[in-house]
Amino acid sequence: MNGIPLAHALLLSGGMFTLGLLGVLVRRNLLFTLLSLEIMLNSAGLAFVVAGARWSQPDGQIMFLLVLSLAAAEVAVGLALTLQVHRQFGSLDLDALSELREGPE
Amino acid sequence: MTTLFYTAGAVALIATALAISRKNAVHALLYLIVSFMAVAGVMLALGAAFAAALEVMVYAGAIMVLFVFVVMLLNIGPQADSREAQWIRPQVWLGPGLLAAVLLIELLLTLRHGAANLAEVAPVSLKSVGLTLYGPYLLAVELASMLLLAGLIAAYHLGRPRE
Repeated sequence: MNGIPLAHALLLSGGMFTLGLLGVLVRRNLLFTLLSLEIMLNSAGLAFVVAGARWSQPDGQIMFLLVLSLAAAEVAVGLALTLQVHRQFGSLDLDALSELREGPE
Repeated sequence: MTTLFYTAGAVALIATALAISRKNAVHALLYLIVSFMAVAGVMLALGAAFAAALEVMVYAGAIMVLFVFVVMLLNIGPQADSREAQWIRPQVWLGPGLLAAVLLIELLLTLRHGAANLAEVAPVSLKSVGLTLYGPYLLAVELASMLLLAGLIAAYHLGRPRE
């Protein structure tokens, strides 16, 4: 780890994950929700790389590679769904998609 | 390497916080690209050069380009041109540009003063990553390829226009 404390690196990763979670919870735009999911996946991958660097093992980078391919597949499907939602509902507001909810009677 | 770690980490946190608080998707994407490049700087400081290169190529390159494509697809229309002219005002790209400049300067300083340091620091070589990836983790590579194939088919199916 060459002088960088493990706790600081993990704090950075945790902070980025928290920001991503905040984005998912606060934003109501479908595009921003997907962006925040990317941030969370990225911070999880960073934690893997940090752990791999701490013990000088290549396994951390390999897990990062797998997280990366997962993120690529997820974003492809998610953006295709986003396009469909825009076509069907005319907006990207997540609250416009609450068709399953019972209406106020 | 310690300075690079802390500078890039600070830039990553600031850019991420700014990205999730933008109103406009394109502005958020600009900040997010800077954030991913900063994370790549962090990985470089930790000695994971392969992961840093992949971060820039796949995250900041491929995935963000996908997002930009979708934003462009959603905004087709006559009013999109004037809106696009509004999007690229200097005050919009000044923030991401400044953060990216901080990253660039820090990276150049590290490369100039610590080129020897950088070589001595890289504890995980690309060779060992490759050998482990196609040795004990071969099954995981196969699974990842199946996942990517499934994602490709799903994106093709969902992205088709309805008749």
